Amino acid sequence: MDTAGQHRKIAEFLRDNQEKLLPRWAELASSSGGYSSADALRSELSDIYELLIRAVSEADDSAAGELNAALGELSRSRAREGATPGETALSVFTLKDAVYELAGDAPDMVPVFLTFTRLIDNLGLHTFEVYAAAREQIITDQAESMLELSTPVVRLWDGIIAVPLVGTLDSARTQLVMEKMLEALVASGSDHAVIDITGVPTVDTEVAQHLLKTVQAARLLGAECTISGIRPQIAHTIVSLGIEFGDIATKATLADALAHALKRAGLRVGPA
Amino acid sequence: MERVPIIKIGQILYVSIQIDLQDDSVLQLQEDLADELVATRARGVIIDITAVEIVDSFIGRMLTMIGSMSRLFDAETVLVGMRPAVAITLTELGLTLGGVRTALNAEKGMRLLGSL
Repeated sequence: MDTAGQHRKIAEFLRDNQEKLLPRWAELASSSGGYSSADALRSELSDIYELLIRAVSEADDSAAGELNAALGELSRSRAREGATPGETALSVFTLKDAVYELAGDAPDMVPVFLTFTRLIDNLGLHTFEVYAAAREQIITDQAESMLELSTPVVRLWDGIIAVPLVGTLDSARTQLVMEKMLEALVASGSDHAVIDITGVPTVDTEVAQHLLKTVQAARLLGAECTISGIRPQIAHTIVSLGIEFGDIATKATLADALAHALKRAGLRVGPA
Repeated sequence: MERVPIIKIGQILYVSIQIDLQDDSVLQLQEDLADELVATRARGVIIDITAVEIVDSFIGRMLTMIGSMSRLFDAETVLVGMRPAVAITLTELGLTLGGVRTALNAEKGMRLLGSL
């Protein structure tokens, strides 16, 4: 028997035994854990059951697409209820048990059953893939918004801007910081920038390299950069690693850096 | 080939680059600038690259050379109006334009040369 014939037989079997299979499937699926409402599950599974019959019997694209969409919806709704992707996939796989209980003993059904198993496996895996893709999307979104949030450019004084950096610096982030800072320098016509690294947990050679590049780029624009907020441990690391900041001004605190910038701008702050 | 005009303002030569820099136009500019420096005995050169969106290592090196050359005529060069993207490119290329001073805009550049 060829695959198309087997598919026909599967569809026939599913349609003939719908009364028995569907409740049994719902029963087995709900015992796989994680469900809050048996009614909701039954209606979702019966949708999938209908679509499965259509997809198998007609083998047309629209039914297969709808089936995948329904499985994606099942995966999402189950994830919302707190089920693990494994539990969701298992609840799809239980249809195999339900079918086997009914038809397993007939020897001529074995090859058909194997094809059916393969079909159901793909469906279960699809719910898993949808779950993983949704997770991946959330992680990407969060990483992006974190990158946006973590690089503010603030104006300290007329002609002086500051970039307080919090968190680990990597190449992508330094690139963003560099772009934002340079754009802010040009937009505000500032000729002094302070890069505050109080919130940067570690400084290694790579981070230092990135900082140096940022300072050099600012110099090309005609602006001077000061690096502030170097904590004692970090100062120790920088010296141990033999990193040279050259003629770049470094200050212990943001206040010192601001005082330095004001002095460079020819301004003086004193008691009122 | 397009030529870059050189404008004399007081003791300063003002060069505003409004075209996409090609290698030969930069070489031409270098020659013109040398002639002009001799003829006018200017004290400073301002090169305005506000309109320049793309640079390569050759242009970067030529800018440094213009700076060194001007110094031979006792004139100081200030590069003004560089775009952030251009600055990033030059830094990534490892060109820090040693002998050239920089300023955010033409006004600050003129102040830097003490002519405002």
